Amino acid sequence: MTARIGVVTFPGTLDDRDAARAVRLAGAEAVPLFHADADLKDVDAVVLPGGFSYGDYLRAGAISRFAPIMETVVDAAKGGMPVLGICNGFQVLTEVHLLPGSMIKNEHLHFICRDQTLRVENAETAWTTEYQADEEIVIPLKNQDGQYVADERTLDELEGDGRVVFRYVGWNPNGSRRDIAGITNARGNVVGLMPHPEHAVEPGFGPDSRDAGRHGIDGLAFFTSAIKGLLASA
Amino acid sequence: MATILVHVMPKPEILDPQGKAVGSALPRLGFDGIAQVRQGKRFELTVDGDVTDEVLAKVREAAQTLLSNPVIEDVVEVTVMDATGAVA
Repeated sequence: MTARIGVVTFPGTLDDRDAARAVRLAGAEAVPLFHADADLKDVDAVVLPGGFSYGDYLRAGAISRFAPIMETVVDAAKGGMPVLGICNGFQVLTEVHLLPGSMIKNEHLHFICRDQTLRVENAETAWTTEYQADEEIVIPLKNQDGQYVADERTLDELEGDGRVVFRYVGWNPNGSRRDIAGITNARGNVVGLMPHPEHAVEPGFGPDSRDAGRHGIDGLAFFTSAIKGLLASA
Repeated sequence: MATILVHVMPKPEILDPQGKAVGSALPRLGFDGIAQVRQGKRFELTVDGDVTDEVLAKVREAAQTLLSNPVIEDVVEVTVMDATGAVA
């Protein structure tokens, strides 16, 4: 069996091709999904990729959240389907209330693009089982509205339940509360993060690694984690 | 035709990076004495008929559902502006 992972394209999505490529490199079939179409095409998991859906009008992710595909994605996520939201996809997941909190403009107001070190704090979600707990990884980060905010009670809950999946290491690039880069839902099947694992999956096109320039593929394990989980439960 | 105005502001406890940047630009331009700036949004929703209680209730719901994100923003005011521009 080959796992089928859907990648949703909204108007203004930028990284759907890269996400699909990452899915294929990890060994699954990438299935294009369209925002206006409520059909999930029998996929086993869904990626909401990065970009600027609807031009970030109103708030990042605020309009995409009401796209027909999102109703189906929310139902599937509540049924346990693995869903990964990257950057704008993370913003959509918070707007649609699959994940708590929200993203506001970077504290320093600048768009930022850099290779970012993260610590994997929860290696038991559907998208992180192929990492070790406390492992440090480097994947690209690029955003304008990347400052994760939530009220103190929500933050305490996230920490207490082990739902902070990734934390920024070395430097907090956007002012996110408690250095949070990514979180998960209670069940661990829905994960959202601001940095971009799909841009670190192929030697020659990733961040610099210890071995060679541009050879970092620390993002690939997101996708192999999901695939392994899907095949194990098939 | 009347227009309903919806004002949305970042929650007081949420840092407002845009307001902060505006606030620090003001004294550079000689506008002294302004202690703090917070930046929000004003929506103008023009309706075909009269602004009934039912219409207002619908707009308030839209304000909570789409126009604001209650995690980071508050709907601080919903008012009605008539054709002459007077705000009730």
